[in-house]
Amino acid sequence: MSRFVERHPAWALITIIAIAVLLWLVFAVWPPGLEEAIGRKRVFLNAVFNGVTLGGLYFLVASGFTLIFGLMRNVNLAHGSLYLFGGYVGYAISSATGSWLLSFIVAFILTALVGVLLQVIVFRRMEGQDLRQTMVTIGLSIVFADLMLWACGGDFYQIQTPSWLIGPVDLPLITAVKSSGEPVYLRYPMVRLVIFAASVVIGVAMWLALNRTRIGMIIRAGVDDRDILAATGVRIQLVFVLVFAFGAGLAGIAGVVGGTFQSLSPGEDIRFLLASLVVVIVGGMGSIPGAALGALIIGLAEQLGSVYIPTYAIVVTFLIMVLVLAIRPQGLLARR
Amino acid sequence: MSLAHDARVAVHPAAGAQRPARARPELNNPAAWVVAAILLIMPLIANGFFLIEIFATTMILGIMALSLMFLAGYGGMVSLMQLTIAGFSAYMVAVFGVSGNANISLGWPWWLAVPMALALATAFGTLGGALAVRTEGIYTIMITLAIGAAFYYFTNQNWAIFNGHTGINTVATPHFWGVNWRADIPFYYVVLAVAALCYFAVEYLSRAPFGLALQGVRDNPRRMAALGFNVNAHRVAAYAFASFIAALAGVLQVWNYRQISPGSVSVGACIDVLIIAVVGGITRPIGPFIGALIFVLLRTFALDFLVRLGLDGNRFRLLIGLGFLAIVFWSSDGVIGLWQRWRQRQRRDDSRSRGGHRHG
Repeated sequence: MSRFVERHPAWALITIIAIAVLLWLVFAVWPPGLEEAIGRKRVFLNAVFNGVTLGGLYFLVASGFTLIFGLMRNVNLAHGSLYLFGGYVGYAISSATGSWLLSFIVAFILTALVGVLLQVIVFRRMEGQDLRQTMVTIGLSIVFADLMLWACGGDFYQIQTPSWLIGPVDLPLITAVKSSGEPVYLRYPMVRLVIFAASVVIGVAMWLALNRTRIGMIIRAGVDDRDILAATGVRIQLVFVLVFAFGAGLAGIAGVVGGTFQSLSPGEDIRFLLASLVVVIVGGMGSIPGAALGALIIGLAEQLGSVYIPTYAIVVTFLIMVLVLAIRPQGLLARR
Repeated sequence: MSLAHDARVAVHPAAGAQRPARARPELNNPAAWVVAAILLIMPLIANGFFLIEIFATTMILGIMALSLMFLAGYGGMVSLMQLTIAGFSAYMVAVFGVSGNANISLGWPWWLAVPMALALATAFGTLGGALAVRTEGIYTIMITLAIGAAFYYFTNQNWAIFNGHTGINTVATPHFWGVNWRADIPFYYVVLAVAALCYFAVEYLSRAPFGLALQGVRDNPRRMAALGFNVNAHRVAAYAFASFIAALAGVLQVWNYRQISPGSVSVGACIDVLIIAVVGGITRPIGPFIGALIFVLLRTFALDFLVRLGLDGNRFRLLIGLGFLAIVFWSSDGVIGLWQRWRQRQRRDDSRSRGGHRHG
């Protein structure tokens, strides 16, 4: 952090000012002139919260993607299919047993199993052939998409939110002040906040696991140079299988999350594949903090864009990607 | 990158096989003459359905896949946005030309609208290429896929130019010299002419200094840079050329269907172009056309075929996906590669059996 400030004082200043303005917009009571210029504060706050929670969902999908890429150099274009598969599994479990938490566990285990199968049966056979692996994942995503369409049809599914998470909560953020001087607080759906908190917990846990444990050390070493790591006697194939399973499982969990606060249908797999592509291109391939930053930026851009410039929301996302590629082709937080 | 490595491994045998007949190998090949003759007299053999739905569609898809083959085979850059460029050019024909959506279309005559569309689409593809060459190998796939997907969602959301998810309908097709060029037989010949033009242009360019330099860039960018070649300029120029080819295909496509909507530029369709090129083989310009023929035949007849086998006819994409997986697994060079390997084995068997006779 301090090195970044030393090396790019101008960028650091711009970032700090942008964050300060954002915080002021969130916490201050807006003066009437501002409300006239860009609309009600409630709309803005809702967009920001939707963006941040959507960023949490994107992070869940993209972190598995980036982890797999970072270690195995495998661009898994079937990652969106794993997301959708996890969502369908979660829907089946939660509608059969009524347990929301159980659906997470089962979705994680089943998608992780699919991941293990993919790694053992398919990718181990073509190690080091990036392009061929990518092509195979494209073929797999087509096959998976059609199999899921076969099994689940083209309907929309939504996973039932558990009763203890239904309903809004009051947040200590003032959206407006009534004429009587009484402040109006922001009401926001509980389930989104809980899911966002959970994705932050998962992100922090992943960061700790990568930076503080032995297996994390092995994975980081593998990201840097897997040949030397294999030469030191680590059973690298086992590490590959574990990482692939974990990344796939994360996509499965994200599927349940996405099925709860959005919906599941054919085509969502490609949407989330695109989202994770853009997130990791912006954040930096193979970097978990990069995925978090990218997810936050893309989630916010998408939601704020769809509120303030509805017809060009997707262009904003795209422009961010272009800008990052033009300035830092390796992504914002990538090391190389 | 190992992408360049893959391509090198795949290309060398093909280049070696071509070397003896270096000048225009297709002139010495009787099969090529037979295919050309059949294509020319096709309207005598086939009815309108086969002419347009099978052969013209094959050639249009083949041209799109040809532009991908040029980039991937000679430049080592796998671009998933070739269909997006074609779709952009198709949209531009509809926007500048005459269509049923009078509030959007500007109503230019086709001979103005088409060059405009070609120019804009080429510029679009070149810009996208300039973006994509900042990265290498598998990153290129991701960035071009992201560009394609962004364009798809943009056309869905934008109503001012692209008319949202309904798209632009009843696009006018050219009528001049008393001929309706969208009637089956004239349209077939237009498509055939453009396809032949693109095929020979790619064939020529692959032997021209530019194409050779491009293949050098594919195999070893650092050495080419050390030799004084501007690596990125060559790559961007390759994107520009490929974009122009894709744009031509886009014009033909919008004339073929007379409408264009976001469905035609969806991510799945972008990937279809890659499938076509890979299944056909990305080392020779003929590959994409073979791949396109297989794809179109499957798309058209898989339903009947599956139903006849007692299976669900809607599983066409499953069939395509499995076929694609099989090709990727067993042949790095698509159907052409399989054919060449089969031929080589035959030849080896021949010589062995002849040798055996001599011994006996």
